[in-house]
Amino acid sequence: MASAPLAVHRAIPRGSAGDALSLGFVTAFLSVVVCLPIAALVWASTEGDFWTAVTGPEAVAALKLTLLLAAAAALLNAVLGTITAWVLVRDDFRGKSLVNAVIDLPFALPTIVAGLVLLALYGPQSPIGINVAFTRTAIFLALLFVTLPFVVRTVQPVLHELDTEMEDAARSLGAGNRTVFRRIVLPTILPGILSGVTLAFARAVGEIGALVIISGNLPYRTEVASVFVFNRIQTGDRSGAAAVAVVLLVISFAVLLGVGALRRLATRHERV
Amino acid sequence: MVGLRLVALAYLAIILLGPLAMVFWRTFEHGFHNFWSTLSQPSTVHAFEMTLLITAIAVPLNTVFGIVCALAIVRKRFPGKGLVNAFVDLPLALSPVVVGLALFLLYGRGGWFYHLFADRGISILFALPSMVLATVFVSLPFVAREVVPTLREIGDEQEQAAHTLGASGWQTFRRVTLPSIRWAVVYGVVLTTARCLGEYGAVAVVSGRIEGKTETATLRVQDQYENFNLAGAYGISLVLATIAVCVLVAMTMLRPREGASAR
Amino acid sequence: MSIVVSGVSKRFNDFVALDDVSIDVAGGSLTALLGPSGSGKSTLLRVIAGLERPDAGTVMISGLNVTGRPPQERGVGFVFQHYAAFKHMTVWDNVAFGLSIRKRSKAEIEKRVAELLELVQLDGLSKRYPAQLSGGQRQRMGLARALAVDPEVLLLDEPFGALDARVRKELRAWLRRLHDETHTTTVIVTHDQEEAMEVADEVVVMNRGRVEQVANPRDLYEHPASEFVMTFVGQANRLGDAYVRPHDLEVVLEPNGATREAMIERIVHLGFEVRVDLVREDGEPLSVQLTRDEAERLELDSGQIVFVRPTRQTTFS
Repeated sequence: MASAPLAVHRAIPRGSAGDALSLGFVTAFLSVVVCLPIAALVWASTEGDFWTAVTGPEAVAALKLTLLLAAAAALLNAVLGTITAWVLVRDDFRGKSLVNAVIDLPFALPTIVAGLVLLALYGPQSPIGINVAFTRTAIFLALLFVTLPFVVRTVQPVLHELDTEMEDAARSLGAGNRTVFRRIVLPTILPGILSGVTLAFARAVGEIGALVIISGNLPYRTEVASVFVFNRIQTGDRSGAAAVAVVLLVISFAVLLGVGALRRLATRHERV
Repeated sequence: MVGLRLVALAYLAIILLGPLAMVFWRTFEHGFHNFWSTLSQPSTVHAFEMTLLITAIAVPLNTVFGIVCALAIVRKRFPGKGLVNAFVDLPLALSPVVVGLALFLLYGRGGWFYHLFADRGISILFALPSMVLATVFVSLPFVAREVVPTLREIGDEQEQAAHTLGASGWQTFRRVTLPSIRWAVVYGVVLTTARCLGEYGAVAVVSGRIEGKTETATLRVQDQYENFNLAGAYGISLVLATIAVCVLVAMTMLRPREGASAR
Repeated sequence: MSIVVSGVSKRFNDFVALDDVSIDVAGGSLTALLGPSGSGKSTLLRVIAGLERPDAGTVMISGLNVTGRPPQERGVGFVFQHYAAFKHMTVWDNVAFGLSIRKRSKAEIEKRVAELLELVQLDGLSKRYPAQLSGGQRQRMGLARALAVDPEVLLLDEPFGALDARVRKELRAWLRRLHDETHTTTVIVTHDQEEAMEVADEVVVMNRGRVEQVANPRDLYEHPASEFVMTFVGQANRLGDAYVRPHDLEVVLEPNGATREAMIERIVHLGFEVRVDLVREDGEPLSVQLTRDEAERLELDSGQIVFVRPTRQTTFS
């Protein structure tokens, strides 16, 4: 065991061949899988006339619709997701663990299947008589489905760790339930809600599978940005598709930056 | 509290359970025999085979990548770590159509890699390779994101102990590190598999959706719908939904306990 | 400002936390609830505060029946073992919280908070966040916060339990001085009998959800009401049916009629005191406390056979 004395002083060997190998692998894998395709996309978008493609009326309409509906779905799920997280953490009832499991259904179910059954449920053959197929409402419902788990799952762990003693302390100081929620609970879970909303928004902006069937993609009426890009690829307008795709890419990066910032915001009071 | 509970449960029932129930109902509306015959069409069988094949390639690749990447992020110092983090997280926030288009532009006519493969007679687009690349892209983050927090929480003291006892890098990895992240990896694999099985947008763009050749199960659902074969569409959807329920069960059983890492 | 608890019982599923407990806390006094874990002392404190509802019994504060009332309406100040600091607020905002709830004027709040921060010696740290304070500072903040709203009664739940020994001793003495200045009725829960003896006017000893004895520290030590109190408060040796304090055992080198034989296992020098650990013929251990001078005079050695005689003992029927 001649290496033992050395191992005591340098427990994790630094700068070894193993290090270089693993970093090289990570870099190569990421480059091939992610970076190069993205670079090719950005490059292609500059080939045609980027501004014309992006400011064309149909593109603008698609982007506006996307942002509007995604924001609406994310916000609604923020409220209901927070309520759901609260109920799952603080309440107790039979079947709670079943409910907790079902929350992840939109993560597990293929989006195309979700779109199909949403059509069955809210379309021409609806068993409950609601027919909103090929309307903006249908898109909204589909986006509600796919973004449902996000806020729930980001708020749950924060609520779990919330020190109920803080709430007891507030009550002993005279605060009623509403005040306790407003001044103690909400400030603490707000970063969790916000990062959930942001991720939900990004997901909704990019959603395609659940929308191809149910939205009917009527330009200016029910065509969202992702469907717009899809259509332009099929008609061969590559640079037109690339331009709008780059806008979506920028939104995605902005979302990631936002979530990172929110994470730092959440822990700011814990850093000395 | 009861009021809140009712609101939450009502919402979940409407948004989630309604659709789930519909799949089962609509499929068997036309009887079980019909369901079986639509599923056994050769093109449909082939579509399932494609899905399984792509998943069988993508999941191991992303598992290895996820573990190596997580170890690098948590244990090593290197420049550009923030960038690596951003690119690993990107698939979570990016539209699958954009992914598909990016691959299309890279490997298609006029793209940087076009001649590299076309001149050798290798098809990337409209063939398996691009479908695998697309699926790997969209399912990239899951294993890494599950392993990173677990590694952080465990710390490297156990590994230091192993080194002082004479274990080599590989031995330490195999006998100390890997067992400690085992459940995080399993959970990540479940999430990755679910994502691979359910992928639609990116693969739809790069595959060309050629029936019997480059259709996956999800693409087949759309194909059946567009050809007015609702029974076929629902049949495939039922299989996929059943797998999804199994995935949910697996996720529930394996979910890292709140406030503690799964060991 | 007095507290009267009558016949309070509380269970959590199968566990009986409080079993028909009644105590009387005199206005202006400092009372300790002392007992081991699971004795019900924290539960009793929380019942008094309104943070738990009893299954039976009543709680009266200053002559008013507050049993059904929530904590907001009881006029109690509560200090938690793990501080329960509002992590997202500064020290100033933490202390001001109760006052801002009651919509006091800005000038009034500023005056009161400044007063309190000076009292607890945290002036100068008002803009900091709890994460930037030491444990002792956080607990002083917790105290200031509870005192800000002039509570009728101050309740402390193992307030120094999470702090290290030196800080604990300091804060203990400091709490006693504070009480002597403000004369607020105070109830402190602790499992540390030294703390209870040092700080309180009166001690309520609890065990398994029941009150064992209520007495001032001296009477508790000299006249314990039960075996439990005798062995929990201070050390006690068992000799047959009787209990003997370590300093009530005389050590001699020659036997006489009333002595028993024992072998010295270990001699521990604790400064002024010397503790001698012995083992009797029948294998039972004994602990004797001698002064330095006594130990020197006897010239004791480990392994030596000596003879012990109780000068005072207590039996319980």
